[in-house]
Amino acid sequence: MSTQLTPILTKFWDHPQSWTLATYEDNEGYQALRQALDTPAADLVQAAKDSGLRGRGGAGFPTGMKWGFLPPPDGGPRYLVVNADESEPGTCKDIPLLMAAPHFLVEGMVITSYAIGCNHAFIYLRGEVVHVYRRLMRAVEEAYAAGYLGKNIMGSGFDLDITVHAGAGAYICGEETALLDSLEGRRGQPRLKPPFPAVAGLYARPTVVNNVESIASIPPIVLHGAEWFSDMGTEKSTGFGIFSLSGHVNRPGQYEAPLGITLRELIDMAGGMRNGNRLKFWTPGGSSTPLFTDAHLDVPLDFESVAKEGSMLGTRALQIFDETTSVVHAVSRWTDFYAHESCGKCTPCREGTYWLKQIMKRLEDGKGLPGDIEKLDDICDNILGRAFCALGDGATSPITSAIQYFREEFEAGMHTPWFELFPPERSTLFAKETLPA
Amino acid sequence: MTVAHNTQGDGVDRHETMFAESPLHPQAPLQASEEPYAADVLEQLEADAAAIVARYPQKRSALLPMLHLVQSVDGYITGRGVHFCAEQLELTTAEVSGVATFYTQYKRHPNGDYSVGVCTNTLCAIMGGDQIFDELSDHLGVGHDETTEDGKITLERLECNAACDFAPVMMVNWEFFDNQTPESSKQVVDRLRAGEQVAPTRGASRVCTFKHVSRVLAGFPDGLADEGVGAGEASLRGTLLAREQGWTAPADGRTPPATDTEATPQAQGGGVERGGYGSVNAPGNEPDDLPETKEDGQ
Repeated sequence: MSTQLTPILTKFWDHPQSWTLATYEDNEGYQALRQALDTPAADLVQAAKDSGLRGRGGAGFPTGMKWGFLPPPDGGPRYLVVNADESEPGTCKDIPLLMAAPHFLVEGMVITSYAIGCNHAFIYLRGEVVHVYRRLMRAVEEAYAAGYLGKNIMGSGFDLDITVHAGAGAYICGEETALLDSLEGRRGQPRLKPPFPAVAGLYARPTVVNNVESIASIPPIVLHGAEWFSDMGTEKSTGFGIFSLSGHVNRPGQYEAPLGITLRELIDMAGGMRNGNRLKFWTPGGSSTPLFTDAHLDVPLDFESVAKEGSMLGTRALQIFDETTSVVHAVSRWTDFYAHESCGKCTPCREGTYWLKQIMKRLEDGKGLPGDIEKLDDICDNILGRAFCALGDGATSPITSAIQYFREEFEAGMHTPWFELFPPERSTLFAKETLPA
Repeated sequence: MTVAHNTQGDGVDRHETMFAESPLHPQAPLQASEEPYAADVLEQLEADAAAIVARYPQKRSALLPMLHLVQSVDGYITGRGVHFCAEQLELTTAEVSGVATFYTQYKRHPNGDYSVGVCTNTLCAIMGGDQIFDELSDHLGVGHDETTEDGKITLERLECNAACDFAPVMMVNWEFFDNQTPESSKQVVDRLRAGEQVAPTRGASRVCTFKHVSRVLAGFPDGLADEGVGAGEASLRGTLLAREQGWTAPADGRTPPATDTEATPQAQGGGVERGGYGSVNAPGNEPDDLPETKEDGQ
């Protein structure tokens, strides 16, 4: 039987007031919290481990294990910080989740905070989505009013405050230690690890940093059981996740499915490729994950299978490009992005992305020089693994994978501009409006 | 910028070809306005700053929201705003400027009433964002990070704004305008310049001004959270397909707990009204135009 969708976090997004506490409570909302507050904290951490839930923010680190890394309580504060700085190109799951059903996150944060012994939790939301910030502030306010936040939550003796914090525009703040520096009121630059945030995080105190979707998955896991969750997905990539399809498919959107579904199945659900065109290349998990081609349509989208084929599951950000698209142009634009967003702390990333951008630009313009392709590979080799965080590594992924699969297009960049090979008006959403049939 | 020319040793100066294009995000210096705040403005700023500081265990954490607050008054990051933040948080002005110049949402020169940002990251660019930006730029007569002479519109190129399934995307004061075309985007800016109310695709019932939105981003709700849709068309496609096909998440085999949706004692003792507007305004917040009733806001 082919894979079916599993609407859990996305189940009631079409309710006319999906974001309110009342709607959430009509859909099992805060039932898990009641159960959790009657459970020893250590059992909740164990349940998270047993579920096999792996971080939904890209790296896929086991969530329960991350909680378990906190040192024993020393009487001082411990923090939970939710990473809602969704900015990876192609990634668009947390923002609609928070717009449509923010209480999944709030309930998940209360349960998680109780499990790890935290009394003040933070949501770091990217600043460029003002209506989502309104919805989050409103959800937190409703939760306080209902007694799900504040002092002595539901008579349990457990106290929790949540602060919703808006960032100010910086991709790097999605990196967990840069996020913590930013939340402390500094430039968002990554820290050298170790120490990891579990030992010295926010204000140098033990801190858990988790992605929105990871924490939002906690209430269903607590309510229905770790086994219910781990029965979905594959053996090592358990559970469900939101798959975000964008680009040249007929019905781009959010598709919540067990891990291990394939792109072929998802494109079928999304109504096929636009105009029946051929799939040319795609990203399995955002622009920082090496490109795949139509040869990878049947790769199960779980952490292990995608890694085995040389890429990463990342955030399940499936950006789909058809045969009208110039891969050199696409990669060049991503390279601009990394050069712009490099925070400047580590030399290989700061300087390397700058020079990658110059070379990609001349290849795009059909003015590439002999040796440019080798030079790209060489610069990438000098960035990869040589910076504090993964931004520099991410910058190399689209370039090295595109050269691997589409070298002839880079060679064409020695003499022919991309827009002559791939007229851009054929790729747009409104291509029908501007082109005669 | 110092660049070694002619590194290929073939006598051709490539400086022109490599740098003929202006950089994606040109840097501009901070324009320092040192004119002091009026007494009443300063008093309000101090009250707001105290409310922001109270949200955090350590007060330096208040800096990002306070810079949004400065923009809600001045329309950009001014010298006096930098001084104000430094005094309130016991930082040096260099520390505050260092933060203010790191983040792209902090503006270095007076911003228009509406920031119009077109996503030109790869996916949106290919889906039409480049054409939209170029046509808007011609239509408005301004380039990236430039403001129209009437002070209404500041045009920007944006990086990915997490709405790729709605590509190509345009943001106006950080509200979503999905699935844009060159024509639709030009209509939006024309209507904004004419002073009309314009509704985003997913967001409040109309786009608020840059200063208004900056105040929200400082953490002061404006009562508009319950306006607009929960999810747009693309966001719902998986949800609706599953329902149409009868696909659901597996059952857990457990007995569902008794449903209890009664308000807790804490809530009954003077909590907020659920789903109403009366409850959402933090002290010190005076939104410029709240809807009169809940129905008006729908």
